[in-house]
Amino acid sequence: MSLILALIRRDLTLAFRQGGGVGTALGFFLTVVVLLPIGLGPDQALLQRLAPGALWIALLLAVLLSADRIFQQDYEDGSLDIMAMGPMPLELVALAKAIAHWLASSLPLAVAAPLLGFLINLDPAAILPLALAMGLGSVALSLLASIGAAVTVGLRRGGLLVSLLILPLYVPVLIFGVSASTAPGAGPDIATPSLLILSAMALASLVLSPLAAAAALRSYLK
Amino acid sequence: MVAFYSPFAIRYSPMQIIGQDLVCERGGRTVFHDVSFMVNRHELLQLTGPNGSGKSSLLRMIAGLNDPAAGTLNLDGGHADLTIGQQAHLIAHQEAVKLALTVAENLAFWAGFLGGGDVGNALAALDLTRLAHYPAGLLSAGQKRRLSLARLVLVPRLLWLLDEPTVGLDTASQQRLAGMMTEHLAKGGMIIAATHVALGLEPARRLDLGPRA
Repeated sequence: MSLILALIRRDLTLAFRQGGGVGTALGFFLTVVVLLPIGLGPDQALLQRLAPGALWIALLLAVLLSADRIFQQDYEDGSLDIMAMGPMPLELVALAKAIAHWLASSLPLAVAAPLLGFLINLDPAAILPLALAMGLGSVALSLLASIGAAVTVGLRRGGLLVSLLILPLYVPVLIFGVSASTAPGAGPDIATPSLLILSAMALASLVLSPLAAAAALRSYLK
Repeated sequence: MVAFYSPFAIRYSPMQIIGQDLVCERGGRTVFHDVSFMVNRHELLQLTGPNGSGKSSLLRMIAGLNDPAAGTLNLDGGHADLTIGQQAHLIAHQEAVKLALTVAENLAFWAGFLGGGDVGNALAALDLTRLAHYPAGLLSAGQKRRLSLARLVLVPRLLWLLDEPTVGLDTASQQRLAGMMTEHLAKGGMIIAATHVALGLEPARRLDLGPRA
């Protein structure tokens, strides 16, 4: 456990010191959301109807922006070799690095999303469900992204390929995420079936993604 | 999870690494075939051979990063529940140094990840104490190599796999490395080093991976 924490702490320090990552992703997120009303026109009712879906799509793209770097630097500078030889299974290394990516990139984006919602007339009643759904969904997004990052780790300019590989896997998250982000029609129950399914996807990817990512990394280290 | 163990706990028991009839294939090409070797405790095995003869591949194979296409690789007498790689250090061409972290932070991370070690001691052994709080990005190539070599002192491991360890080192650092290697062997460690140049100590065994009949 302390090894996982040491690795997460190091990745967060690196993300913080090297800069670029989360700032660029947040800027990209903001830009897409700002462009939306310009493209669609100032029809407030239309924007309100589109807001949750638009925020989710912008979130998916912004998360993928930094995804290809999850393993790349460690692969290129040889750290991954040493980690593979170390006492910690590569699956846990992959898990730790995906969690670090979530903390450094996806979670800040999910937190910023309700604020950006004001720009496109997000229904105030939908703010809480959206924040909750994005907080949960972003876990699955980072973990799934780590699979793509591992599969393309040895390729130069693998960034675009990661997006192509991973966006199809994001479809279920998008469907249930948007569905869980709309304002509750009746009753105070926030744990809608969609939110529960979203949680299930986050948990499933928590188990399956490290296995897939570690298998891909092993084949590259050979 | 085995994070802390002493590689020298079983101090006087014999141990040996034996590779038999190893075959290495990379991208469909046979790099080397029928390579056999043996290393005992207190012994340095020096690998020689022209570029592309598979010295690095053999070291990665012993580290467990490559699988041999054929042949066997065994450690007799070591910790049975650990792989050879988990009892070894690999110093390869890539330094595994994070440029955005300071010298001390780099070592502190590896100390935590590989099972504990004294950062101050490792810095002193490679004469890096003065640079401890510099970002590793400011180091010269030779200094980065020294930071990479500091891992050897930082976390005790039975086997050192060294791939051209002297590249970029000045004379004083080469002597320091030779001293570290002598001390490691005296404690009962094993070293397998691939190099073209003299390491400053006489190898007990040699293995030439050059073209053979």
